[in-house]
Amino acid sequence: MLTQTDAPMTGHPLADTVARFAWLLPVLPLLGFLFNGFLSLRAAAHPGPADPTAASHDHGEHGDHGDHGAHDAHGHDDAHHAARHPSAGLVSLIGPGVLLLSFGLALAVFVAMRAAHIEEAYVLTLFQWMPTGKLSIDVALQLDQLSMVMTLIITGIGSLIHIFSVGYMQDDPGYPRYFAYLNLFVFFMLLLVLGANYPLMFVGWEGVGLCSYLLIGFWFHEKANADAGKKAFIVNRIGDFGFLVAMFLMFANFGTLSFAGVEEAAGGLMVGSLIATAICLFLFLGAAGKSAQLPLYIWLPDAMAGPTPVSALIHAATMVTAGVYLVARSATLFAVAPTAQLTVALVGALTAVFAATIGLKQWDIKKVLAYSTVSQLGYMFVGVGVGAYTAGVFHLMTHAFFKALLFLGSGSVIYAMHKAYHETHNHEDAQDMRNMGGLRRHMPITFGLMWIATLAIAGIPVFSGFFSKDEILTAVFARTHGSTLAEASLFGIPGTALLYAIYALGLAAALMTAIYMTRMMLYTFHGPNRTGEAERPHLKEAPWVMTGPLVVLGVLSLVGGWMNLPLITGGAIGPVELLHHWLEPVVGTGANIVTLGETPHLSHATEYTLIGTAVFIAVAGIAFALWRLKPAALVAAKDAPAEQGIAKVLHDKWYVDEAYDAAVVQPTLGVSRTVLWKGIDAGLIDGLLVNGSALLTRAFGWMGSQAQTGRVGTYAWVIVLGAVAVLGAFSFL
Amino acid sequence: MTAFLESISYNGWILPALLGLPLLGAAVLLLRGRAATADAQMASDRRFALWVFLAEAGLSLGLWWSVNVEVPLWQADFELPWIPSWGVSFHLGLDGIALMLVLLTTLLMPLAVLGGWTSIREKTASYYALLLILTTGMLGVFMALDLVLFYVMWEVMLIPMYLIIGVWGGQRRLYASLKFFLYTMLGSLLMLVAIIWLGTAAGTEGVPNFGYDAVLNYTRLSDAHGSVWLFAAFAVAFAVKVPMFPFHTWLPDAHVEAPTAGSVILAAIMLKMGTFGFIRFALPFFPAAAMLPAVRTVMLSLAVIGIVYGALVALVQPDFKKLVAYSSVSHLGFVMLGIFALTTESLQGALVVTIAHGISTGALFLLIGMIYERRHTRLVDDFGGIAKVMPVFSVFLTIVALSSIGVPGTNGFVGEFLVLIGSFQTQPFYAVIAATSVIIAAAYLLWAVQRIIYNPLVKPENERLRGHDLNWREIGLLTPLVVAILWIGVYPKPLLQKTERAAAKLIQYVEDVRTSDRIGRIR
Amino acid sequence: MVAESLALSAALFTIGVIGVLTRRNAIILFMCVELMLNAVNLSFVALSTLYGAAGQVFVLFVITVAAAEAAVGLAIVIAIFRHRQSVNLDDINLLKG
Repeated sequence: MLTQTDAPMTGHPLADTVARFAWLLPVLPLLGFLFNGFLSLRAAAHPGPADPTAASHDHGEHGDHGDHGAHDAHGHDDAHHAARHPSAGLVSLIGPGVLLLSFGLALAVFVAMRAAHIEEAYVLTLFQWMPTGKLSIDVALQLDQLSMVMTLIITGIGSLIHIFSVGYMQDDPGYPRYFAYLNLFVFFMLLLVLGANYPLMFVGWEGVGLCSYLLIGFWFHEKANADAGKKAFIVNRIGDFGFLVAMFLMFANFGTLSFAGVEEAAGGLMVGSLIATAICLFLFLGAAGKSAQLPLYIWLPDAMAGPTPVSALIHAATMVTAGVYLVARSATLFAVAPTAQLTVALVGALTAVFAATIGLKQWDIKKVLAYSTVSQLGYMFVGVGVGAYTAGVFHLMTHAFFKALLFLGSGSVIYAMHKAYHETHNHEDAQDMRNMGGLRRHMPITFGLMWIATLAIAGIPVFSGFFSKDEILTAVFARTHGSTLAEASLFGIPGTALLYAIYALGLAAALMTAIYMTRMMLYTFHGPNRTGEAERPHLKEAPWVMTGPLVVLGVLSLVGGWMNLPLITGGAIGPVELLHHWLEPVVGTGANIVTLGETPHLSHATEYTLIGTAVFIAVAGIAFALWRLKPAALVAAKDAPAEQGIAKVLHDKWYVDEAYDAAVVQPTLGVSRTVLWKGIDAGLIDGLLVNGSALLTRAFGWMGSQAQTGRVGTYAWVIVLGAVAVLGAFSFL
Repeated sequence: MTAFLESISYNGWILPALLGLPLLGAAVLLLRGRAATADAQMASDRRFALWVFLAEAGLSLGLWWSVNVEVPLWQADFELPWIPSWGVSFHLGLDGIALMLVLLTTLLMPLAVLGGWTSIREKTASYYALLLILTTGMLGVFMALDLVLFYVMWEVMLIPMYLIIGVWGGQRRLYASLKFFLYTMLGSLLMLVAIIWLGTAAGTEGVPNFGYDAVLNYTRLSDAHGSVWLFAAFAVAFAVKVPMFPFHTWLPDAHVEAPTAGSVILAAIMLKMGTFGFIRFALPFFPAAAMLPAVRTVMLSLAVIGIVYGALVALVQPDFKKLVAYSSVSHLGFVMLGIFALTTESLQGALVVTIAHGISTGALFLLIGMIYERRHTRLVDDFGGIAKVMPVFSVFLTIVALSSIGVPGTNGFVGEFLVLIGSFQTQPFYAVIAATSVIIAAAYLLWAVQRIIYNPLVKPENERLRGHDLNWREIGLLTPLVVAILWIGVYPKPLLQKTERAAAKLIQYVEDVRTSDRIGRIR
Repeated sequence: MVAESLALSAALFTIGVIGVLTRRNAIILFMCVELMLNAVNLSFVALSTLYGAAGQVFVLFVITVAAAEAAVGLAIVIAIFRHRQSVNLDDINLLKG
């Protein structure tokens, strides 16, 4: 079907370049999925000589047990010398291979796009998908500057994580299955960012959710993992409901669902348009589901049950940022809906702070990173919410670098911890920071790289995160006066006040980020080691196939900021605002102008003050953590006392999961079971109406049968009485 | 292909041939000699039945090319006088919508036979003969262009299904089959009254006329098209079959008790009789009545209640077959929503859901049958960790469940999306409520799938399933279904094109009659 | 004369009906049925003076049927008596549902 590729948009500068083959970008990972999936099934259908049950428990790590106390359920079998999967060699070649090919192609397209200086998106129509009535939805790919950036991030970071996985997952019996899922994920993710209309984007949107479900529950034989996967999918579906309704509204009002069509229609709307506001709010519901914002963030921390490279790829670098991409993609719509923009920014800011508070008191190293991701996603939403799309996308990119590095680094740590515990058949939690400590002596490379990422996320100057975070905060501050946002209001609160509040929340989140990240580093790498006497000699650096990608990410985390240096640097350390100029044709021209309106430019003094404040906050956070936290005083998890007071509340995540369970899950199940099923279905309809009418019929039948005595005498009496009655009736009428 | 079909005047004889072949097969099955042992009998019966069904499927394939959906005439038209003095004729014909349903039926039947390949061991000759007669009945319903013929076929398909559930069913088969029979009968008798009324009224010079076109013409020109009573008589018959809330309680019982093939046919094809009835009869005959605000509100409300209610009740079902049965209530609610929202997109979506639900739910019931044969239980909580011992089964279950949830890329999504986006144009309120079921659908199916194939493998009975993964027969019969699921999900265009014209025509017709000046004369 | 005959016929018929209703002995019951038949015969004959000879023809039919009935009925009664040593109708209730 792909051969049907007709060549529309001839005349587009990209039409005759390598961009023609852009359909190969998603198709390559799809082929990888088919191939690996086939290998996986073939192997599963003909299990090897080793007992698969014993072997399959022997995997790299054990999901989220940090605070579930389910240590017994780990299922550490002693048969831990499982042979590698028979087709592992082939899978190791195909799995990362297709990604590298995709990345190479993406680079080629990028070069072509740079050369062509396109103003309009290049749309590659493959075939008609759902043509009926007024509706016409094509399977079409859209290449523009925004989708290009996303594609490069996905295939680039994706490649690194695939390579890392070769080492991390090598002993897992589900090795081909793992790469099949991972390839499929990349396929859907590329579809998400390359789709030229909302429905196709939705295909990718749900597809990545599906892969996330499959990968979170990768070690499905533990109930907690399977539960986490299911939770992720269902919560995401709540968001998808919003996305669907937004599409309905678009089609009903604009008659089209393609990006180009919607953009054109949105351009004709007035600022404050009710339709645009409704669409944007529903879109944001979708984004909040996928990107784990309040109140739908609850699935992301649980999603850490999946293998750590999955957390890095899906739950940090790519999928969870899809919501940010969605908002940026719909920039023209959001530009005319300042109320919705304020909502996005406010929810983002609240999420950033809320998640950061929880991150302060987690012991599971991946949980810390998970809440940190939720918090940073909130930051991105603040950026795109206030119409600073470049800033949002910039932070998305730098976050992809340093958070992928943090996750993969933690993966290295967990890998080492797990190996060590494995050697001694110890069943301690390999992810609990209380069991770590002093790892810098055992894993120096990981230690150094993780500090780079930590400084980046904390916002220390020169590191990538500093530039992107600062740009978001500056953008918020700049819009407090004169922009459409400042004019608008939310729940009666004027936009200006809200923007100041959002700025303050952003600073608070930055402070806490610095604190909890330093805390994580201190407890993991500094102080004395708490792993155990017997295990300590076994702690060592992961193989190069794993540390190699870490080094690349470390470099990117360090220099990623140069992609969009602020104007104020004046070109002293490099060309300024590269990304901003690159994205200008997509999100700059229309949307930004509408939002900014008459906004006055910030003076240099103000800008320096803002930067100074941000840096001070970051340094203060790190200093506070170094001053207050004493890694030496920590005891291993099994001897640790229970948390008390506010620490307990934070550690237990504000009891949000419990509240949802009590307020939503249980009532729904209860009402469905007792009222709908037992009550209405079995009771009212079936019991009363259906079986009731049967009973009534039978009752009448029984009454009739009572007259049938079988005695001729009775019948004779009835006949005579009947005759008399008839005669009587005649004589009276 | 078209030229070849024309050269054998395929359109001239194909419809009666499709009706006759299964009957002939049934007669041969029942009349031929008995084999020496029960096993030999079973083997020979099922092989014979499979060949007949394959021949039927092969024969019907030509319709894909021979039926020209662009022409506003009945295709493959076939008419013989039957009871001329009553104005009843043996009139068969197809349009794009009926074409898809006929093909769904003929292509699914061989798979249904394969699904019960080893589980049906008693009275095999009668069993397969009943399946064949049932096929004739179902095809007849989709082809009939005479109201009496339609009614006869409607009843013809009822009795074999009653017997299939009642004889080869599970523990409570008698209760279930009787309930199924009485429920359906209640509706169809009302319909019979309406048919007689219409046929008599449409006649000329004292001779009734039960021809579809004649009746349609009559209702259009008289004010019968606004008769709520006639509409209700048809609507109840079809609503029971769909089944719409609150006429749905026969379905879970019938599904749970029916043998695998029975469940598959019931869900995949027989429920579609109801929605087909609305599209072919109830709406075109009584457009003004159906579009009365009160009537439409009732129908839309029942559809949406069915969607949400079915999904919520499915959430708490311990029996997997019952869960799927309630999910059918939910899915068929989408079809009804699509029909009564009355836009081309929504009606097209309803037709895609019709086909998609047939494939996905059919596949689900086949999968349940397969695991039941191995484990002799359908209770979700009896399973757990099956993915470890039956990986191929788990892959199939996952794909089929995802299509039932409506994940994009599968057939379920195309249908639901079109229904919802189409309905939203005219009925935003109902569409939004219906859309919430995407959340509940994910919850009930994923939860059930998780409890079956994921979670720890602790029960020794499940441990014993190791090495009993799907065999080649089962893989072979599921593969075409999965291919269809993905094909319709990725490239539904051929399907949509086949039904586009018929759907647009119906919408146009209903709109025309509704907006014409006659609307004032509605009783 | 007709009126008196009809009155007698009605009286005989009523006696027959009451007999059928109150007695339990099959033979007596049987005789009461005969009484009713003959009451009808009497009214036929009486009315034939007004409406022509058709009534008298009917009487002959009735007598024939009554004779046949007597033959079959008495045979049944005897058969029942042989079987149960009783001709009490209360004992004969095999048909009771």
